[in-house]
Amino acid sequence: MSILVIAEHDNSENKNQTLVTLAAAQAIGGDIDVLVAGSGVSGVSDQVAAVPGVSKVLVADNAAYEHQLAENMAALVVQIAGGYTHILAPHTTSGKSFLPRVAAKLGVAQISDILSVEAADTFKRPIYAGNAIATVKAHDAIKVVSVRGTAYDPVVAEGGSATVEPVDVVADEGLSSFISEEIAESERPELTAAGVIISGGRGMQSGDNFSLLEGIADKLGAAIGASRAAVDAGFVPNDMQVGQTGKIVAPELYIAVGISGAIQHLAGMKDSKVIVAINKDEDAPIFQVADYGLVADLFQALPELESQL
Amino acid sequence: MKVMVPVKRVVDYNVKVRVKPDNTGVDLNNVKMSVNPFCEIGIEEAVRLKEAGSADEVIAVAVGSTACQEQLRTCLALGADRAILVETEADAQPLGIAQALAAIQERELAGMVIFGKQSIDGDNCQTGQMFAALSGMSQATFASEITLEEGKAKVSREVDGGMQTLAITLPAMVTTDLRLNEPRYASLPNIMKAKKKPLDVLTPEELGVDLTPTVEVLSVEAPAERAAGIKVESVEELVNKLKNEAKVIS
Repeated sequence: MSILVIAEHDNSENKNQTLVTLAAAQAIGGDIDVLVAGSGVSGVSDQVAAVPGVSKVLVADNAAYEHQLAENMAALVVQIAGGYTHILAPHTTSGKSFLPRVAAKLGVAQISDILSVEAADTFKRPIYAGNAIATVKAHDAIKVVSVRGTAYDPVVAEGGSATVEPVDVVADEGLSSFISEEIAESERPELTAAGVIISGGRGMQSGDNFSLLEGIADKLGAAIGASRAAVDAGFVPNDMQVGQTGKIVAPELYIAVGISGAIQHLAGMKDSKVIVAINKDEDAPIFQVADYGLVADLFQALPELESQL
Repeated sequence: MKVMVPVKRVVDYNVKVRVKPDNTGVDLNNVKMSVNPFCEIGIEEAVRLKEAGSADEVIAVAVGSTACQEQLRTCLALGADRAILVETEADAQPLGIAQALAAIQERELAGMVIFGKQSIDGDNCQTGQMFAALSGMSQATFASEITLEEGKAKVSREVDGGMQTLAITLPAMVTTDLRLNEPRYASLPNIMKAKKKPLDVLTPEELGVDLTPTVEVLSVEAPAERAAGIKVESVEELVNKLKNEAKVIS
């Protein structure tokens, strides 16, 4: 078997999701090549080349790939897809956008958001927002698969020395162009890579009150998340949302503060190793999944928690 | 400009689905079915484009069983002008559906095709992008704002790190995210009017597509239940448990 993994990166750094996708590739087994497509990505390709288990890093370094425009990314991947039995990408907003185009151009199905590899052609994936888990078998010759960011522990990032090979294909479809982006800047770890997450819900009552979470996050090296209710109420921006329509996370420790525990939210965090819930409503559904529940007024509990850490 | 909106008939989002005891799927007997919520946002956006004078016709399309006519009528009541059903009893999958829709696009030549970002049953997040690739169209997924300009659309998208804005050349494919708009409710007069609007039924054979699934579902199971833990009495006890029992902080 020969597997092509498409790396997730921001042109300067490789992302954790690439390492998780590589773990899924290793579970399939076989030769693993990684495509790094972007602009000015030599740093990323060096990082990927250092990942043990990678045979070859293919580098497509061109302005056409700088913003991962789906049309250009898909055209590139289709051109180098020949000879691979599997094409894998992380199930991120970037992977979700270009990978189905690749599958359609190759005339094969895509298996989305896999949780595990059961065999080279068989995968488990969530359906109905994670309320059911399907085991599916792909019958197409090429398996196109997107991998959930929490499906596997990331592979070790250092110690390997894969060969790095430039790809000269310039696929500029000219169909779309980048105008701007507003990427949230933060000193804290990214939600999908954080070991500890503290999230606030509607119970926070305002965006200003999220500052109560910051001191705790600083002490724990945690990322700060939010429920959809908190985002919809305008407390915090959408990129902080944990849940079915936000980010799917599985940290070592997840602290839910003032979050009732709607199915929507649970779908995004119930695979966390240890869950703590702080809520003043003792009947809140979040307590049904929490390892440690504290029935308390968060405005008293949070300052106390910060001082005791 | 014509705007085409493919819609899917799915289990209503308020229904708590149950896995069948024989693990062949989820139980759909006597369960309320609705238009996939993200597709409904697509219909709303298309109707608003028409109301703003940017579009002159809104076409709702579904691929599925004859029962899908119910959801297409809902779309007509919400403001779509006409509907097309590609009728099949096959459990059609994203690639087949995208191929059928691409065949319809060859006939209709819509200037914009608006999909929901994913269906809430299969959660695949594929069909729109596959359709765009097959039709040679530009795309913008997870849209939270669409602005039409000369020959182009400016689309703001919800991406993992925040927001991104793209300019895409028409004809274009857009998938909707939750914040694009809030769909209206159908009024009774519009529900009555919808009954008289045209709804054409086509077969996959007429479109020259094969909807036989290529992904086989071996089994469907309920997810592992997470057991409830304990309640702690104080912040002090919580910190103590996290340090000494769970050992997740130091």
